[in-house]
Amino acid sequence: MKSANEVMTRDGVPEGWLPLLEVAVREVFEIMLGSKLEPLANLDPTPCEFTAMVGLAGQLCGVLTMRCTQNSAQLMTSKMLGMDPKDTDQHMWDAIGEIANMVAGNFKNKLTGIGEHCMLSVPTVITGGDYSFHSLADAGPLEVMFLFEGAPVMVSLEVHS
Amino acid sequence: MNKVRALIVDDSSVMRKIVERSLRQAGIDLSEVREASNGAEGLGVLGEGTVDLILCDINMPVMDGIEFLRQIQSVQNAKGVPVVMITTEGSESHVVQALSIGARGYIRKPFTAEQVKEHVVPLLEDRK
Repeated sequence: MKSANEVMTRDGVPEGWLPLLEVAVREVFEIMLGSKLEPLANLDPTPCEFTAMVGLAGQLCGVLTMRCTQNSAQLMTSKMLGMDPKDTDQHMWDAIGEIANMVAGNFKNKLTGIGEHCMLSVPTVITGGDYSFHSLADAGPLEVMFLFEGAPVMVSLEVHS
Repeated sequence: MNKVRALIVDDSSVMRKIVERSLRQAGIDLSEVREASNGAEGLGVLGEGTVDLILCDINMPVMDGIEFLRQIQSVQNAKGVPVVMITTEGSESHVVQALSIGARGYIRKPFTAEQVKEHVVPLLEDRK
């Protein structure tokens, strides 16, 4: 586990948080979906139609965002529930929100001294890719990108001091 | 092991299905699964009859899992029924709080069916 009192990077986020975020995402996908994520270095201009957000409040304030394509959302739901991807429509929002929620919880539980004093909001899921994201964060964002079954998944953490 | 009636309280219907599947994968023979999307609905289910096992999330709208845990202490149909919290809130203070007001187990999300088995099966065997 990492301490809250780490050396800050120039982005104002403690060193060591990025690998923790990466591990937190990988663990959720491996345990709950049985999927190993592949690293993704550069992001194609693929539209991400699903955005799940979970707020963090307390000693760590901010918002964790997970973005993916509709096909990815469908496949994640299918793997999570063990059902055919074409039957997942009514469960996709809930499933994507829960994955983001587990990533946020898993990440904060890895931060010694912070997770204890940080609460999560219930997840919010937005569909559609034509929007602008304006954050009041003053640090970060931390961003990790993966390939899930060949499609991109992006997770970012915007931190408020 | 006898057939088990379970109550699963979680605001996510996806998570309720995953918890049910994990119980079955753990070898628990479920005769009935009741679902509730928050603590208040959970109390309503317990008002209709008893169960053998309760699995409950913490962060839920309307009534959270900690308040639900407090309130079922005075519900006749919940007397002696083991409650296991399954939640993303994994901090030590949450664990201590939940255990101090009656939870018998605490599982952090993400979780495996094996973890569910480790926490739940001994509680059901205690009730035999």
